[in-house]
Amino acid sequence: MEVSPEFAVQMHGIVKKFGAYTALDHVDLDVRKQTVHAILGENGAGKTTLMNILYGLYQADEGSVYMDGKEVSITSPTEAIAHGIGMVHQHFMLVENFTVTENIILGDEVCGAAGVLDMRKARKEVMELVEEYGFDVDPDAVIQDITVGMQQRVEILKALYRGAEVLILDEPTAVLTPQEIEKLIEIMHDLIAKGKSIIIITHKLKEIMQSADECSIIRRGVYMGTVDVKNSSETELASKMVGRNVNLTVEKTPAHPADVTLSIRGLTVKDERGIEQVRDLNLDVRSGEIVGIAGIDGNGQQELVDAICSLAKATSGAILMNGQEIQNTNPRNVLNHSVAVIPSDRHRWGLVLPMMVEENTVLERHGEDMFGKGIMLDYEKLHEFTSKLIESYDIRPAGCEEERMSGLSGGNQQKAIIARQVSYVPDLLIAFQPTRGLDVGAIESVHKTLIAERDRGAAILLISFELDEVMDVSDTIAVIYHGQIVGTFAQGTVDENQLGLLMAGGEAK
Amino acid sequence: MNKVEKFLRGRFASALVAVIIGFAVAAVVLVAAGYDPIASFGALLSGAFGKPKYISNVFIKATPILLTGISVAFAFKTGLFNIGAEGQYILGTVLATVVGCSLNLPMPLQVPIVLLSGMVGGALLGAFVGWLKAKFGIHEVITSIMCNWITFYLCNFVVMSDAFHKPNSTSAVPVNPSSYTILFGMWKKSEAGKQFLAGIPWLREILLKTDLSAGFLIAVVVAVIISIVLKRTKLGYELRAVGLNRDAARFSGIAVERNIVLSMLISGAISGLAGALSITGTSPHTITLLAAMEGYGFNGMSVAFIAGCAPLGCIPASILFASLIYGGMSVQQAMGVPSDIINIMIGTIVFFTALPGIAPFFANKIQRRREAKELASSQGIERA
Repeated sequence: MEVSPEFAVQMHGIVKKFGAYTALDHVDLDVRKQTVHAILGENGAGKTTLMNILYGLYQADEGSVYMDGKEVSITSPTEAIAHGIGMVHQHFMLVENFTVTENIILGDEVCGAAGVLDMRKARKEVMELVEEYGFDVDPDAVIQDITVGMQQRVEILKALYRGAEVLILDEPTAVLTPQEIEKLIEIMHDLIAKGKSIIIITHKLKEIMQSADECSIIRRGVYMGTVDVKNSSETELASKMVGRNVNLTVEKTPAHPADVTLSIRGLTVKDERGIEQVRDLNLDVRSGEIVGIAGIDGNGQQELVDAICSLAKATSGAILMNGQEIQNTNPRNVLNHSVAVIPSDRHRWGLVLPMMVEENTVLERHGEDMFGKGIMLDYEKLHEFTSKLIESYDIRPAGCEEERMSGLSGGNQQKAIIARQVSYVPDLLIAFQPTRGLDVGAIESVHKTLIAERDRGAAILLISFELDEVMDVSDTIAVIYHGQIVGTFAQGTVDENQLGLLMAGGEAK
Repeated sequence: MNKVEKFLRGRFASALVAVIIGFAVAAVVLVAAGYDPIASFGALLSGAFGKPKYISNVFIKATPILLTGISVAFAFKTGLFNIGAEGQYILGTVLATVVGCSLNLPMPLQVPIVLLSGMVGGALLGAFVGWLKAKFGIHEVITSIMCNWITFYLCNFVVMSDAFHKPNSTSAVPVNPSSYTILFGMWKKSEAGKQFLAGIPWLREILLKTDLSAGFLIAVVVAVIISIVLKRTKLGYELRAVGLNRDAARFSGIAVERNIVLSMLISGAISGLAGALSITGTSPHTITLLAAMEGYGFNGMSVAFIAGCAPLGCIPASILFASLIYGGMSVQQAMGVPSDIINIMIGTIVFFTALPGIAPFFANKIQRRREAKELASSQGIERA
C-alpha cells in the first residue's frame, strides 16, 4: 500500500531474524487513522514481535516504519512514546500498592519547584483524562483493590496520559469477564471516535468480529493479507490464520453419564496465608460426562485441583474417588486411584523441560515394569512407547523422541502431556486450562481428545477461564465463585450473560 | 555450519576454550612478570609427564579430586549444590583412620571395611544436609559450609584425643598396614619383587618411588557407575527429574523429599570414599592436625565444573587439574616462577568454564562472519 497520511502507522517489508530463525518475513501492516486494526495469528506467528518492533523493543533487520505518511525510526520505547505510540501489555505493569493516579504518572511525574512532586496537579490532570474518555475509574483507589477490568483501563490511561495517538493492546481480553470485554469494546470505539487509532493483538476470532474494522493475518512470520472484517467471517479468518479449514464448533454426541466417579463433599481448602479459597464445595462428576467449571481466575480453581491431587491440605470435607476417600494423602496415591491431571501451568507442573521428550512421556509411570526391570530404565522401551504417542497424537516434529522437551512448541508440549495423561486410561481426567495459549488448530485437537475420553467412559472435569470453552465442551456447566459452586446447568440451558453474572458474584436471573 | 562452529557448540568446547584462555592469561602474567612463557609451559609439561614417576604422582594427586569432583557433579545433576564435599572428605578421612587403626583384620576384609566406614561418614553428613533441606527448606549451601567447619574441628579434635593421638607428633595413629590400598605394597619390597622389577626400569620407578595405589582405578569405576546410575536407572531418572523441576516431579507422584536426602547421601558417600582412599593410599596413612582446609572438596568443585558436571568428564578434568598442580611445582623449581602464577592459570580456567556461554559466543561470531560473507558473495553475483 502507498505511504500516505491517511494511515496512522505503516510498516512495510519488515524482516526480523533471530539467529537462523526468521520470525518475520517481509510483513506489511497499514493501520488507517481512527480504526481498530486487529493482528491475528497463531502462537509464535510473530504478532508480538511485530508490535515490539513498532514499540522500539526490537530493531527490524529490514523494512521501514511510517507514521502519518512520514518515515520514522524508533529504536527505544522512549522514542515510541515520543511518537505517540502507547502499549498495553498482556500482563499489566502496575504497582499494586500505589493509587491509580500514582501509577499513571509514574515515570512522567508532575513536579513543582525543586523537583517536588505536585500530586494535586497530577490528580487534576488524571481526573480530566478520566472525564474526557468517560472511564469509570477512581483516581484515588489503590490498584490491588480494583477489578482487573479497571486495572486495564488504568493501563490505557497511562498510555493516553503520555499523549498516545496509537494504542497497542496485546491480548487485552485474556483476563476479562464477558461483561468486562463488552465494556472494553465500548471504550475502544469511544477512543476511535475521539481520534485515536488502535492495534489489537489477539487470536480470539469472536472479539475481532465484534471490535475490529480491519484485520491483518500473519502465519508463521509471513504476511497473509488484510481483510475487511465487515465482509468476512470467523471461519474465513480461522482458515487464513491456520492455513486449512478449521472446525470451530465442537462436535459431540449427547453424553451418557453413568455412576459417580468423583464426588466432592463439603470441601474447604486454605491457601498458604490461611485464607479459605475453597469453601464447603460440593461437586459430582460421573463417568461418561464432561463437567466444566466456569469462573474467573483466582476463585479457588487452583486450590480445588491441588486438593484433589493431594498437593494442598483439605481442612474439612471429603474427596471420594469411586467411593474411596483420597483427600490428604499424596500425589502417588491419587494417581493410583486412576486420576490423571492436565495441569494449568505445563512448564511448572507438567514437564521437565530440559529432559528428553521420551523421558517426559513416562514421568508418572517410569517405575512400571514395562519400562525396565528392577533398577534399570530401558530407554529402548521408552522410545518405542513415545513413538506410538507421537504418532497417534501428531506431536511435532515427528521423530522428536530424543529431543529436549523445551525444543517443542507450546501446542506440541501440551499434546505430549495430554497423550501421557490419556495413556493411563484414567477413570477421571482433570483438564485445568488445557488450551491455555494454544492456537485454533491445537485447541480443536485438545477438545476432540477430551470428548473421545468421555466417550470411552472416563469422567472429565474441565476447569477453564475461557467461558466459551466451558460452554462448548461441557455436558454440565458449574460456576465457581469465591470457592463455591454457585450454579449448575445442563449444556444449552444457560447463556453467556447468566454465567458471566454468576462468575462475577451476581445473582442468576 | 562448518566444522569449527559445530565443535564450538559441542560438549567439550567450553572446557577446551577455557583451558586455552587460561593458558593465554597465564602467558600474559608470565611475560609481565619477566618470565619466558614457552619455557615455563615446557617446564610445566615435563614436570607433570617427563618421567614415569611424575605421571604416577599426577594420578595419585588426581584420585581424591576425581572423587570429590564426581560427588559435586552428581549432586549438581540432581539440582543440588554440594559445597560440603570438603567436610564429607574430612569426615571420610577421620572415620577411615579411626576404624583402620582400631581394627586389624586380614587385608581382604580390612580394606573394604575401612573404605566403607569412610563412605558411611561422608554419606551421613551428606544425608544430614539433604534432610535439613527436604524437611525445613534450609539451603544446602549454607548448611554444608557450616558442616565443613564442624568436621574440620572434629578432625583436629580426634587427632589430639588421647585415644588416637600419636605421641610427639601432630598426627593421629596411622592405620594398620592391612588397610593399605597401595598396589603390590608387600610384594614390591620383597626380594622376588625387587628382582623382577630390576628388569623393567619404568615400572620399578613407578612402584618403588611413588605410592601408586588402587585409588585411581576405584575412582574411575565410581565415575562409570555414577554415570550409569544417572543415565540408565530409574533412580537416576527420578533424581534428575527432581533436580530439574521439583514441582513437576512432585505432581507426578515422585517422592521429592526422599530423593533430595538420597542424592546428598550418595554425593556424600563418594566424597567420604575420597577421604578414605587418601588414608589407605598415601602416607602418612593417618589424619594430621590441620591449620587450614586442604581444599580437596573445593578442587573437586573446580573439576566438576571443568567437566560440565559429567561424571566421566571428571576423569580428564581431574588429570588436567592434578597435572597443573603437580607440574606447577616444577615450574617453580626450574624457572623460579612463583606458584601463584600457576594458581592464576587454574583460577582463570575455572572462571571461564563457569561461563557456559563462552564457546557458543565464538560459534555465533563465526556464523555471523560466514553469513555476511555469503550475503556479500551472493550480492556480488547479482551485480555481476
